Amino acid sequence: MSFGDGEGALTARSEGSASRTGLPPVLRLRNVAKTFGGAVALGGVSLDVAAGEVHGLLGKNGSGKSTLVKILAGFHAPDPGSSMEVDGQPVALPLKPGDFRRLGMSFVHQNLGLIPSLTVLENLRLSALTSPGRAWIDWKAERSAAREALETFGLRLDILERVDRLSPVNRALLAIVRAFEDIRSGLEGSGRPGLVLLDEPTPFLPREGVEKLFGLVRSISDRGSSVVFISHDIDEVMAITDRVTVLRDGHVAGSLVTKDASHDAVVQLIVGRELARSAPARTARKVERPVRAVIEGVEGPRLAPCSVTIAQGEILGLTGLIGSGYEELAYLVFGATRAAGGTLALDGAEPLELPAMTPRRAIDRGLALLPGDRQNASGVDSLSLLDNMFLPDVDRFFRRGLLDHRAMRQEAEALGKAFEVRPNDPIQKLSALSGGNAQKVLIARWMNRKPSLLLLDEPTQGVDVGTRQQIFAALRAAAADGMSVICASSDAEQLAEICDRVLIFARGRIVKELVGAEITKDRIAEATYASLDGMGALPPDERPEDEMQ
Amino acid sequence: MTEAVATRKKPAVNYHRLFERVALVLVWLIIIAVFGAIMPRSFLNWGNFSIMFASYAPAALLALAIIVPLTAGDYDLSVGATLTLSSCVIGVLNVWAGLPILLVVLLALLAGLVVGLVNAFFIVYVRIPSLVVTLGTTSLMTGIVQWMTNSSTIGGIDNALIMAVVGGRLFGVPYAFYYALVAAIAMSYVFDFTPLGRRLLFVGRGREVARLNGIAVDRVRVGALVASGVISAAAGVLYAGVLGSADPYSGLNYLLPAFAAAFLGATTILPGRFNPWGAIVAVYFLATGITGLTMLGIPLWVTNVFNGGALILAVTISQLTRGREASDIG
Repeated sequence: MSFGDGEGALTARSEGSASRTGLPPVLRLRNVAKTFGGAVALGGVSLDVAAGEVHGLLGKNGSGKSTLVKILAGFHAPDPGSSMEVDGQPVALPLKPGDFRRLGMSFVHQNLGLIPSLTVLENLRLSALTSPGRAWIDWKAERSAAREALETFGLRLDILERVDRLSPVNRALLAIVRAFEDIRSGLEGSGRPGLVLLDEPTPFLPREGVEKLFGLVRSISDRGSSVVFISHDIDEVMAITDRVTVLRDGHVAGSLVTKDASHDAVVQLIVGRELARSAPARTARKVERPVRAVIEGVEGPRLAPCSVTIAQGEILGLTGLIGSGYEELAYLVFGATRAAGGTLALDGAEPLELPAMTPRRAIDRGLALLPGDRQNASGVDSLSLLDNMFLPDVDRFFRRGLLDHRAMRQEAEALGKAFEVRPNDPIQKLSALSGGNAQKVLIARWMNRKPSLLLLDEPTQGVDVGTRQQIFAALRAAAADGMSVICASSDAEQLAEICDRVLIFARGRIVKELVGAEITKDRIAEATYASLDGMGALPPDERPEDEMQ
Repeated sequence: MTEAVATRKKPAVNYHRLFERVALVLVWLIIIAVFGAIMPRSFLNWGNFSIMFASYAPAALLALAIIVPLTAGDYDLSVGATLTLSSCVIGVLNVWAGLPILLVVLLALLAGLVVGLVNAFFIVYVRIPSLVVTLGTTSLMTGIVQWMTNSSTIGGIDNALIMAVVGGRLFGVPYAFYYALVAAIAMSYVFDFTPLGRRLLFVGRGREVARLNGIAVDRVRVGALVASGVISAAAGVLYAGVLGSADPYSGLNYLLPAFAAAFLGATTILPGRFNPWGAIVAVYFLATGITGLTMLGIPLWVTNVFNGGALILAVTISQLTRGREASDIG
């Protein structure tokens, strides 16, 4: 199989091991639904995974893929009326956590679930080594079992190597082999095929790694087991799967046999656009505006050197598939992640070297960053709203040798009111607020400083609809006053709503720019999924494996 | 949903919090009343309390030293050994080498500063867990002290120091206590009324958040460790003054009560935060318990049980009252 060499690589695979006759579907879902509060996450999904088949599951963020996976993992209970069969046998819903193993399913999530500081052997045999009721460990037997498992799939790994010393590709392969081994022992002799579910295993892998991973997936399906392959990347799904199911807004938008399907047909199912798009009347905003920032040649772990210019009062969106590099730019510019190269020139001033940038310097120059990881990087839950709001500039309140607590409280209260924080009690801990309100507090922190360039990463993740609108309104108002905003987001709808311009990233590069009337939710989604088209194959040495660590 | 719950709960939380803030003080008063009822003559007299206040002043200072790095998220187990080192530096240089006492006190504080820098180097720059580093430097300093002093107690420290520490009294309480009090005032000023205090707190609670908000996280951590070194050296100076001699062994006995007080103190006055006044209250709460038990003629081992039990109980209570919220120190 040659994934990397253009045209031929992307055609669907031949029927091969698919649909062994005589066996019932490994997994049959009928009418599986899930509502959270009033919100429908899954609206009755039905789907069959045949024995020995590689089944692709596609869909945008929020289409219900992850809800479905969580139901299978026993993490969510589906709504009444949902039904599920494994190997033709009805299964009682909801599943309990851990049930999936008994049913012959195992999962590989994006984070792989390996323990980096332990060896390949310990990771591979984790469930065997830790299972209760064993008086001692027969290391010799464990070693040979591990070697055998790796050999079966042609994986040449030293079983005594620590997992954090492996390349990202080998880590992913190891996780998949382990998932298969975990179900294999339970299925032996029963004749049941078993199912391995891969949830977005590829976004951070270099291309030749993806190819190896596909080889592994194929040898699993050759052994008669089924694989569910979840991904954003249409090309990958087309290359590896026998059948594809596309979810959209919690429903099955369509199910296709891969070899009969075209790339465009799949994009259409995912995006769900009507061909005659009615572009909303978009008031063409002022175009001639002075430049606020010139970012030249910024380079990061996943981002090839690229340049971006942003005008005063402009809201610039960055998007792409996971791992395409768009999510890094804000952190590199702010000095939160060290850039490998590049410069930043603000308001026509001398360019600053980005590798020497630190958050302190960035803040002093009027930059602000709202990280996507609210809990760990943005706010401190165990401290008060007030403390969180004035974190970067408490010094303002240090007057005549004392912190002016009263002034702080008054300003915090006013700020909370302006940003509609509820409940607006500055002394309350941040943890007492809902996700949306906590986000308002953290946005207020930066907006209060009137930054010249505000960098946002997924500003409305985990934020309710009403709060989203409030945040958008605040951003628009500040932009009208001249603040420039760079917003990295995987949410096309959000970008369409607030951005003047959207840059689409793929494989670490900017591949498309959307402006003005082109900016619609559908166009953004479409461009994102089409982003890999015209990229051509990168030479394998373009993105060395070590880079990913 | 969450909002509604938070709003409804608010008044109840406030009463609860108020009680939580003074609970330890109340318990302290209760044990004073109990010992007082048992031993009205010997326990309930001002002389007894004034001795207690003075003799536990080094422990109070040590508890204050600990809470600085604890607030910034690092453990400093070496404070007990630093106290011993500082008091023995005074003994050796003043008594054996005959250097003037003022210079010797400055050198003792300088020794504390060096200890802080050494700890900080390994913790902040080499990135070794603070527990491991300070456990190591504790043993290192204990050894150096034994070498310096030939493992003997050095008596005859300059009378000026003894006079300055226990020679005079204010309201019947020797000066030693007021030094600890002044330190607590200074520290609560820094903690609550300066931007530095906010930075210290944010560095301890969320290093990444602090970093992304432009706080020089490493510098704050180094500063906190150096501060605890210098303050525990100051505790050593007090200790030498209280004893009138330098004892190479007994200083380490203060480590556990000081830690117990730091954590117990975090359950009171400003519950959920390491705070200087809480630490002071907790030190004297423990001191009262131990003094009372000793006067009752209870054997020495009870002291250790009392200190250890208080430490574990304190952390348990604070964890339970705050629900299962993550603790501040990880």
